[in-house]
Amino acid sequence: MPMPSAVTLTVNGAEVSVPQGATVAAAVAMAGQPCRVSVSGSPRGPLCGMGICFECRVRIDGRSHCRSCQILCEPGMDVKTDE
Amino acid sequence: MNKDCTSPFDVLVVGGGPAGMAAAMRAAECGMNVGIVDDNARLGGQIWRAAVSSDSHDKEAAKWQSLFGAASVTTLCGKRVFHQSEPGVLWAEGSDDLIALRYKNLILATGARERFLPFPGWTLPNVMGAGGLQAMVKSGLPIAGKSVVVAGTGPLLLAVAAYLRQQGAAIPIVCEQAPWSALLRFAGSLVKWPAKIAQTFRLKKEMAGTPFVANSWPVAAQGQGAIESVTISRGGSLETIPCDYLACGFHLVANIELPSLLGCEIRGGYVNVDEFQQTSLPGIFCAGEPTGIGGVEVSLVEGEIAGLAGAGAKSQAQRLFKKRAKLRNFAGALDRAFALRSELRSLASPQTLICRCEDVSYARVEEHTSWRSAKLHTRCGMGPCQGRICGPVTEFLFQWSPESVRPPIFPSRLKSLGAATAKAPEPVVVTRSSVKPRPLGMGM
Ligand SMILES: Cc1cc2nc3c(=O)[nH]c(=O)nc-3n(C[C@H](O)[C@H](O)[C@H](O)COP(=O)(O)OP(=O)(O)OC[C@H]3O[C@@H](n4cnc5c(N)ncnc54)[C@H](O)[C@@H]3O)c2cc1C
Ligand code: FES
Repeated sequence: MPMPSAVTLTVNGAEVSVPQGATVAAAVAMAGQPCRVSVSGSPRGPLCGMGICFECRVRIDGRSHCRSCQILCEPGMDVKTDE
Repeated sequence: MNKDCTSPFDVLVVGGGPAGMAAAMRAAECGMNVGIVDDNARLGGQIWRAAVSSDSHDKEAAKWQSLFGAASVTTLCGKRVFHQSEPGVLWAEGSDDLIALRYKNLILATGARERFLPFPGWTLPNVMGAGGLQAMVKSGLPIAGKSVVVAGTGPLLLAVAAYLRQQGAAIPIVCEQAPWSALLRFAGSLVKWPAKIAQTFRLKKEMAGTPFVANSWPVAAQGQGAIESVTISRGGSLETIPCDYLACGFHLVANIELPSLLGCEIRGGYVNVDEFQQTSLPGIFCAGEPTGIGGVEVSLVEGEIAGLAGAGAKSQAQRLFKKRAKLRNFAGALDRAFALRSELRSLASPQTLICRCEDVSYARVEEHTSWRSAKLHTRCGMGPCQGRICGPVTEFLFQWSPESVRPPIFPSRLKSLGAATAKAPEPVVVTRSSVKPRPLGMGM
């Protein structure tokens, strides 16, 4: 990746450093986490990568249902994958 | 320059991919007051998004970026259009704001998405779209040293495999479901499109050493918590390949939800347009993938024509008709070469989920005779993706036709819906300084 490493945020409380310009979905994957648990209890991660499928939704700074593939990481963001 | 969205744009463009950027730029060059709105935090669409935001070696992207930059266009990123309250007023939602966008002429350049097909294990984490995984890697997902099986159908597979290899991934195999006969016919017809053939040769060189197999498709993915291996059908026998990711897409589906909502005539899954790219509704134009899946070159020229026609520069638009006609043939050739084979209809088991939002299985959906009935009784297609993934699936599996589109075309906050559907909307005034590209959050 040509992007310089710059942004530190937390995913389920653990710190993750990602390159500037990385999406929250990339940060969640780097933290080794699925994004959400489906209504019947199976783990899910990004499918479309373009904001259509909603499989990548997470909670960011308390706000639910954020599509992590469409949102860029910001320093100090608090990401939770407990939805 | 201060612009507020309470006064109408002469030309408003929805979608900031190649088609939308070309349309906005040409309309602005004609002296129009032009706005462009995109759901994503960055312009560029599926193919140029990363290139537009970073130093890129993509010459074509760089050229269009500088042309676009030189034109005066009000850019609204991270805003997704979800509703039209009355003719001439669209509503878009951002992470924490809501805007009414007024227009005199409208250009819809909403692009396409990948088609996904269900097979056992397709819901496991790290089973992604081919373009989906590419987008994730472009936006920061480390892929070096990972093993990625690429499968499905369409020209995107090779492009994605080549890109992932450049980024350091190992690609054990690329599985294309189309038969060799169809691919050879397609390759033969490529001579008619010089740029395309150069592209294919370049890919071939980049792909040297990676087996590309036709007549091959995924039948199941296995893994605990995430994919660990994929079983493919290859020349009639099954083979299981260990992998970290499966990048799997079955060509593209046009995003016609917004054109349908506005009442534009749809034919065979695409928006019907006249020679000026005008839809069945006067003053509403459509360009790029929603009028037919043809790739970036035809999207660009359609965008230019729509932009010029939307600005009233008809004779300038006419000069581009010949170029478009040639490129459009390519779209037809693509559809024929990558037609889906019937074996793909029998991949799902009774337990395989069809609707990933609501976890509705094949067995439950199969009991119904229409999309409408399945929706009402099983909640298939009622989740946040609003059937964008499972709609095309049921269309292929059961030949169900989609229902008419109702607002909002994306899940929206209740507050936004209330404001957008109120009789006398009170739009938020947006000034130039507040419309910088910003990441998009979603609340419901
Ligand atoms: C996932 C994917 C990956 C691809 N990768 C490649 C590739 O590597 N190489 C290649 O040659 N071709 C690729 N393609 C094909 C590519 O889409 C086309 O060649 C080209 O980008 C089409 O341009 P477009 O402007 O018509 O659409 P797009 O580029 O799809 O642009 C449409 C834009 O509209 C926006 N939009 C849609 N609906 C709304 C709404 N309601 N509100 C606000 N904004 C909205 C979207 O966010 C998007 O940015 C890919 C396609 C997909 C789906
Ligand atoms: S991965 Fe599909 S919406 Fe984010």
